[in-house]
Amino acid sequence: MTGKINSETPWKEVTPGGTIYNAGNAREFKTGDWRSVKPIYLSDKCKQCGLCFPVCPDDAIPVNKEQKREDFNYDYCKGCGVCAKVCPFGAIEMK
Amino acid sequence: MGIRERLSGNEAAAIAMKQINPDVVAAFPITPSTEIPQYFSSFVSNGTVDTEFVAVESEHSAMSACIGAEAAGARAMTATSSNGLSLMWEMIYIASSCRLPIVMSLVNRAVSGPLNIHNDHSDAMGVRDSGWIQLFSENNQEAYDNLLMAHRIAEHKDVLLPLMVCQDGFITSHSIENIELVEDEKVKEFVGTYHPEHYLLNLKEQIAVGPLDLQSYLFEHKRQQAEAMRNAKNVILEVSKDFEKMTGRKYEFFEKYKMEDSDIVIVCMNSTAGTAKYTANLLREKGIKAGVLKIRVFRPFPAKEIANALANQKAIAVLDKADSINAAGGALFEDITSAMFVNGIQVPTVNYIYGIGGRDTTSAELESVYNDLEKIKNIGKVTNPYRYLGVRGEF
Repeated sequence: MTGKINSETPWKEVTPGGTIYNAGNAREFKTGDWRSVKPIYLSDKCKQCGLCFPVCPDDAIPVNKEQKREDFNYDYCKGCGVCAKVCPFGAIEMK
Repeated sequence: MGIRERLSGNEAAAIAMKQINPDVVAAFPITPSTEIPQYFSSFVSNGTVDTEFVAVESEHSAMSACIGAEAAGARAMTATSSNGLSLMWEMIYIASSCRLPIVMSLVNRAVSGPLNIHNDHSDAMGVRDSGWIQLFSENNQEAYDNLLMAHRIAEHKDVLLPLMVCQDGFITSHSIENIELVEDEKVKEFVGTYHPEHYLLNLKEQIAVGPLDLQSYLFEHKRQQAEAMRNAKNVILEVSKDFEKMTGRKYEFFEKYKMEDSDIVIVCMNSTAGTAKYTANLLREKGIKAGVLKIRVFRPFPAKEIANALANQKAIAVLDKADSINAAGGALFEDITSAMFVNGIQVPTVNYIYGIGGRDTTSAELESVYNDLEKIKNIGKVTNPYRYLGVRGEF
């Protein structure tokens, strides 16, 4: 239902009150374009200590099955810089 | 045949709520509507209703709780007055824009300040553009009847808008008058069970209510609300017809009193209509063809129907029990003159702001309005359209 509604949808076809008839729809709202500064992941400096991903407010640092972090998910990273602050090894640079 | 009783307006509203037996009532006490949740909470305590009563800490929370309950899929009601409605203001818009058919009993009182607890319509007028349906009631019977019809109108699939039933604080809310109640079983059948199409507690459909609605969408949602308000006109008439079948009491958008042959008419809302009818009858004994147009449905505003109803008059006085303080007349006056202009009807029309802060409005004063209308009728034009009735000194 939500997938079909976009900025071209006529007023008679949007849902009353803007109610969205399926759950988990926040995934479709890509807030990455709110970002004014961008964190860069320097994998050679990273020790995989695990301090960065728990502090990310947007869950934008993916962690794989080997419990290792991967590069940023820029679809949702708002560039707040909290991860760069907590990194003890200078492995995240804000640009 | 219904049950003959004598009740105050607040008692009538509380009895209506008892018979409706909503899922949730969330309310905070404020004069003069305090008795409604007070009586209702006694029905909760003695088990007459199985409503969840939420004794909140403010009116903002009362409306918020109603919104939460209604979004969850429950039927929610509340009651308030004056500054209580002011404190709800933010949530009033959330309720209508989320299309939640909450029903409120609004006991009209002046919005402070300076501090005043008595009747005028400034509270209701403050939310006239908020997307709520507004029904006005001349007396306890109409306050009761309008509440019995409220859910059928608000919850209709073509409407889905919240609704407030207005009655005059103290004048109606605290006056005990005769009333004819409908039997409990008949009310239950008439109001019916609430079956929302989409609601938060539906395990089969997970939904998000009230999401972010930016430049690409809000306009379309507001357009839908506007359409729902237009749709409400037909629904109100249909429900009123059904109500008439059950009770014999006829309700339309407005009541035309002695307007078959009238040439001067007073337009007003709520309890003043009673005084105006009495006055019109006195004048008719003197051969003056006085009439009264009492507005029941203020939102949606039945513009075309009102304009047509006034088309054959020679002079009209619109009485506003709230001053818009805009240098251009009260809200009802503006709506009525606009309706007449748009529908090509040209009748000399004058505005009176009256009864502010509970100032008594007597039959003698309304007679002076009719006398003014006789003069306007003879001259054929209005030189001073923005007038005050009952204020001390020059108006």
